[in-house]
Amino acid sequence: MKSYRKYMTSKIAWYVLTFVVAVFLNFLLPRLIPGNPVSTIVSKITSGMADTNSIKRVYETFEKEFGLNKPIWDQFMIYVSNLFHGNMGTSFGQYPRKVTDILASSIVWTIGLQLPAIIVSWILGNVLGVLAAYIKKGFDRILFPVFLFISCIPSFGFAIVMVWLFAVALKIAPASGGYAFDMIPSPTFSFFLSVLQHYQLPFWSIVLVGIGGQSLGMREMSIYELNADYVKYCRLLGLRDSKIVKYVFKNAVLPQITGLALSLGTMVGGALITEIVFSYPGLGSVLFNAIAAQDFPLISGCTLLITTGVLVANFLIDIAYGLIDPRIKVAQRE
Amino acid sequence: MKGNFKMIFKSGKFDVGVAIFALLILCIVIFPLLNKEDPLKMNYTMFQPPGANLPLGADNFGRNELVELIAGGKTSLIIGILAGAIATCIGLIIGLSGGYLGGLADNILSSVTNIFIVIPSFIILVLISVSISSRSFLTTALVIGFTSWPWTARAVRAQTISLRNRDHVNLAKVSGYSIPKIILMEILPYIASYVGMAFILQVASGILSEATISMLGLGPQNTVTLGLMLNWATMYEAHMSGAWWAFVPPVLMIALITFSLNLMNTGLDQVFNPQIRS
Repeated sequence: MKSYRKYMTSKIAWYVLTFVVAVFLNFLLPRLIPGNPVSTIVSKITSGMADTNSIKRVYETFEKEFGLNKPIWDQFMIYVSNLFHGNMGTSFGQYPRKVTDILASSIVWTIGLQLPAIIVSWILGNVLGVLAAYIKKGFDRILFPVFLFISCIPSFGFAIVMVWLFAVALKIAPASGGYAFDMIPSPTFSFFLSVLQHYQLPFWSIVLVGIGGQSLGMREMSIYELNADYVKYCRLLGLRDSKIVKYVFKNAVLPQITGLALSLGTMVGGALITEIVFSYPGLGSVLFNAIAAQDFPLISGCTLLITTGVLVANFLIDIAYGLIDPRIKVAQRE
Repeated sequence: MKGNFKMIFKSGKFDVGVAIFALLILCIVIFPLLNKEDPLKMNYTMFQPPGANLPLGADNFGRNELVELIAGGKTSLIIGILAGAIATCIGLIIGLSGGYLGGLADNILSSVTNIFIVIPSFIILVLISVSISSRSFLTTALVIGFTSWPWTARAVRAQTISLRNRDHVNLAKVSGYSIPKIILMEILPYIASYVGMAFILQVASGILSEATISMLGLGPQNTVTLGLMLNWATMYEAHMSGAWWAFVPPVLMIALITFSLNLMNTGLDQVFNPQIRS
């Protein structure tokens, strides 16, 4: 257990360092933009306002929120201390809403859409992968290129085609939004039904693209396992094929957990764009609108939230690996 | 190495990948010679459906979709290749020097690599693209290249470490070769196939990255890319008005290019890692 504690401490130290770098990049990069974002936004907001005093007040409010009147190092310290208080500033585009409020209301949709989609595609992909590796020959010859091709279609491209096919041409499911536009979120059955209807297309477009990538990895791992000695031994013993496939699956799936972590990391990026195609009320749409409105506090908030999510996912996987994988246990003792 | 070339082409997957890729390149090179229409010229009406002299119809700006597709494919491919080359070079330099030198240099280099592997490159890509107000296809390629090197660096480092203490490397060391010479002459040739494969994957992911940030409205300006075509199509709701010709071709083109590259990669993998040769 001592070695596990040591493993954990070094992991935690690494993640803290990575987080600090991420926060710094998040702070610095949007501030490298030439020009003064505050005056652009203030002039947009105050257009039509004649009272110079109130214009000045709006400007000062923004300058204070953004802390632009101080040197960059002080700004960074203020930004960090605000973060500790759970304050990410005020949105420019949706003034006077707080960035944290906007993020809190959209993250629910994103997680609700992506977590089940990623898990379903992970399970389906791994089962298909091990089958493709086991059945081989004709099955594999057709399935491998199909998996590969599907995994090459960008998920948002797939999403556009799905909207056109199922919403516009076949009229099976609604095309956009998280619920019918004439509804107000409430715990009623009709609202729930509407959410479910709008869930269909984005969900399947993420699942179908994800299956390709997961099954490819699983197929490769399984082929590797199928060549292992224990499989030959099982065959000699005359074990049933279904049993052998079960063993192979068990052994090949452990490295696939890394695949799950990776897809949690990369799919957040990839599937955010899917949300834009469906105008789904999640983080992707918020980020998209923030970029269009040059709403820098909101952009920083989105990217920091996504980064934190990926860091936490990776960290959890590391902990799990330290507990499960005997190879890492051995490495800890060295 | 020469015997390898024959082996490479024995892989059916590699051959098919090369064939598709070569066909796409041929289209991109030959088509503009036959049809000199400006891809950005608005000659038709909005979402004009496919017809006799307009095989893929027109887009939301009334531009010839086929001409655009070929020009966009070319720009996207150039962005992918440039970004892939940059990422591979950075990854090579960091991975080779860290892996060979070891010690403090390796500690620093692999720490930086690990940090940038965990922070999603998509986020850094978005942040940098936001902070650059005017973007050409060149800056887009540069930004993608500079954000996607960490995986290559990690892989190259691992390979280098496994080669570091081979006999021929030690012999070169004893003979008094300089460090850059040892790395270039004794280590690089042994990981060349690996680097080639990494490069192919980087090109494919570069094309996808371009499409992704273009969809966010952070793509290059004053040019056509496959990502921009998709961006315009969704902005002007081509999918809602049933104008399939505005988005199906670019989606297929992206998928085909990355598919052929991935096929090549798998083919090479089978040749160089015979363990998984099926």
